[in-house]
Amino acid sequence: MAKQATQKIRAQAVPVLVPKWRFYVTAVVLLGLVAALASHLIRLQILPGEERGFEFLQSQGAARTLRSEPVLGYRGAITDRNGEPLAVSTPLLSIEVNPKILYQHPETWADLATASDYSYSELKSKLERYKDKLYMSLRPRLPPDEAQKILDLKIPGVYSQQEFLRFYPSAEISAHLVGFTDFDDHGLEGLELAYDNHLSGESGWRHVEKDLKQQVIREVGLIKPASAGKELQLSIDLRLQYFAYKELKAAVIENNARSGSAIVLDSKTGEVLALVNQPSFNPNDRSEVESDEIRNRALVDPFEPGSTMKPFSIMAAMEKGVVNINSVIDTNPGYLHVGGKTFLDPVNYGIMDLTKIITKSSQVGTTKIALKTGPQPIRDMYYRVGLGQSPGTGFPGETLGQLPQYDRWPKVTIANYGFGYGFTASVLQLAQAYNVIANDGIKKPVSLLKVQEEPVGERVISEKIARDMKAMLATVTKKGGTGSRAELENYLTAGKSGTAHLIGKNGYDDDRYRALFAGFAPLDDPRVVVITVISEPKSGKYFGGEVAAPVFGKITEAALRILDVPPSKSAQLHARSENRSDKGGFSS
Amino acid sequence: MSTADFLRRLPGSSWDVQRQDTFWSRIHIDLPLLVLLLALTGFGLVVLYSAGGADIHYIKRQAVFFAVGYCVMFTIAQFNLSFLERWCWLLYVAGVGLLAAVLVVGVGAKGAQRWLDLGGFRFQPSEILKLAMPLTISMYLSRRMLPPRFKHIFFTLVLVIIPSVLILKQPDLGTSLLIAMSGLIVLFLSGLPWRYIISALGLVLASAWPAWHFVLHDYQRTRILTLLNPEADKLGAGWNIIQSKTAIGSGGITGKGWLNGTQSQLDFLPESHTDFIIAVLAEEFGLEGVLCLLGLYILVLTRGVMIAATSQKTFGRLLAGSITFTLFVYIFVNIGMVSGLLPVVGVPLPFVSYGGTSLLTLMMGFGLLMAVATQRRKEP
Repeated sequence: MAKQATQKIRAQAVPVLVPKWRFYVTAVVLLGLVAALASHLIRLQILPGEERGFEFLQSQGAARTLRSEPVLGYRGAITDRNGEPLAVSTPLLSIEVNPKILYQHPETWADLATASDYSYSELKSKLERYKDKLYMSLRPRLPPDEAQKILDLKIPGVYSQQEFLRFYPSAEISAHLVGFTDFDDHGLEGLELAYDNHLSGESGWRHVEKDLKQQVIREVGLIKPASAGKELQLSIDLRLQYFAYKELKAAVIENNARSGSAIVLDSKTGEVLALVNQPSFNPNDRSEVESDEIRNRALVDPFEPGSTMKPFSIMAAMEKGVVNINSVIDTNPGYLHVGGKTFLDPVNYGIMDLTKIITKSSQVGTTKIALKTGPQPIRDMYYRVGLGQSPGTGFPGETLGQLPQYDRWPKVTIANYGFGYGFTASVLQLAQAYNVIANDGIKKPVSLLKVQEEPVGERVISEKIARDMKAMLATVTKKGGTGSRAELENYLTAGKSGTAHLIGKNGYDDDRYRALFAGFAPLDDPRVVVITVISEPKSGKYFGGEVAAPVFGKITEAALRILDVPPSKSAQLHARSENRSDKGGFSS
Repeated sequence: MSTADFLRRLPGSSWDVQRQDTFWSRIHIDLPLLVLLLALTGFGLVVLYSAGGADIHYIKRQAVFFAVGYCVMFTIAQFNLSFLERWCWLLYVAGVGLLAAVLVVGVGAKGAQRWLDLGGFRFQPSEILKLAMPLTISMYLSRRMLPPRFKHIFFTLVLVIIPSVLILKQPDLGTSLLIAMSGLIVLFLSGLPWRYIISALGLVLASAWPAWHFVLHDYQRTRILTLLNPEADKLGAGWNIIQSKTAIGSGGITGKGWLNGTQSQLDFLPESHTDFIIAVLAEEFGLEGVLCLLGLYILVLTRGVMIAATSQKTFGRLLAGSITFTLFVYIFVNIGMVSGLLPVVGVPLPFVSYGGTSLLTLMMGFGLLMAVATQRRKEP
């Protein structure tokens, strides 16, 4: 009992001896520490201007997540003269992958493979190959909604890139003229290349927030909006372009030819209303395109124009006064030896006037006149109507042709010059030259783009001589002329055929030809100049009047119809009074 | 013994009458403290939702941890203090034994061997010591004449040093220092003479140089150097501090708004839902949010000091003091580390950081605090 009492007393007696002030001191010390902490945080968070203060840290934070990304601008559309689209851009998203990141998330692969049309093993093996790389293309160029399905999975390392797909609604019809763009939306061929700066939109910049996995979290703001490229309006009329293409293609197939070209020029404005070539290609799917098909032959291929140049050498002679429209040339005996070469007509035409030389395309007559005229006036004439000079369309690879100048001219070279050999020109240059005759001696600049007003042009041939030549050319498409198949029912036409030998390995080949027809219509007030060229026809016929003239006729008629040109009364009369004849003497 | 203490111990004195038995005191809950803890819990969950990448998964798990934690707190609060005082040494011995076991059979992560694998359940024995140390030292000293004499101080130091060294060996410098601190605070509160304190401080300063060269591990030295100049190794050791300072600084006064922090939401901030969560808070809620949290902590501290100061038993007073102050050291170390004032040590932010084990230990500590608060000296 006593012991219990002692214990009790002791339990009571053990006093709480811990001094309270120590607690308070400790508490105050800790509060001091907290105050220090708070002041440190305040310094970090709100003190401005201090080095490593909050402004610095905020910019640091921004620097880590804010990125500038280019925003692609729309590439301008290309249209025909009436606004029909020839090339348009549609937005697409390419799905890209940072393999280094994706490789660390194998659990996401199955979903990703399903969403992006891969088999799991394909995706896996592709990732194995790329695992040390920072970039891997997963699905290029998807429609935005399909791409969004993949992006919605929010898989680390998978992101998208905005791109545009260039689409060409008229495909092969206008492929040569329009050209196409490369994978980065830059012009690669044709007018897409020539006017790349004009068409290209200017890339803008936007601020985006990206996390460590390079995924765009959100768009913060646009720094500079992308500006869309400008539209480009071509001079061609898609309806006529389509018709010309169809006719040319049909002719090339019918004549089993290797290639062909046709140009329709508005003779008033110098605008190219149609420009087609065969073979062509589909710019929307270039996987199997051969380089031979891409070439815009009408603009970039120089060739010897042959007899289509005879009117110009004869005009040079008229200018020099060697001949006039009433001159008479003796072509007996139907052949002529010049410098060891023999030039001959299909039959002995005997004594002919100047008009008949053009009508029948007499080799002997032209040679005699050319030799009398001399080389310089002829070359000068060619140069004045545009040969040997750039047509100035700006088309990539546009040829100037070659118009050689010699110190001493061998007679055979002079003769060749007279009927279209020994120099080269493009189809467009030929069209421009014929337009000079169509405009009574005024040369107008040619254009692949729509022009706002009719150019004045410059006189390069006297009106009298040009009108005389026009009259002579009108006989070509009539009965008995080499181009009678270029005659139209409702319009009077004028033109000149040509059949040029092609150069092979050993000089001119005897069995390879280029059939041409160059002309304009209607005769009294020409509206269009049309050139048709069929190269290497292999189904028997090869004369320009046989192969190229019918195409010329069809295209010219369509062109005049599309241009709403009223039919010539004289043509109707002509058509009624005379039976059209397919029989005519063909000559080169 | 102060006059107030003397009066309080007089049977039937007015001091006793003032303490009325309420519903809350009968179930051993200190209501103000509970309210503060619940406020912190809610605050913590809101921040954690954002820090975990707006993933409800973390919130669900953390809510379960909290629920278990409050149950444990409630249970511990029912314990009789005398019972705890009597048997807490068992906890200490068990803790030290497990710490020794960790060094032999423990499993590691990130180059440290801190866990015991108990059949799928990983367990960090140093957590035991976070409670066992204050309990045991309080028990030991409260049974001695106070202020402690040299012999008792020496034994106390031995009790403190054994587990600390074991934890240091894992190696885990941060936890080791914090646990030693929780014991040493008891020593200080028990009235440790100033001459000892001053000579100890002198000793620490004198041993700083040899400790730097011979005791600290490379990674520990790197951490301290990194603190002094985080820019020296931006992508390596300095990464954590630079990122967290950036996050805190870019929050400004009002912050970027909940779930809108770029640093934390975009994975730049390391350990954003565990040790570095204060940076998320600072970035999204700004200085206002940080001061709000600090204010809550200060209220908890104040309440803890009140409980300690009004406890009628030496053991309870020392224990409550140790638990309260240790909690504060944790908070200070965590925020100091994240804001670049202190070296990086793995200390979670109480109530806010994600994690079950540390939360459980924390709630046990508050359970003890509640026990101290609501158990008056038993009448003889």
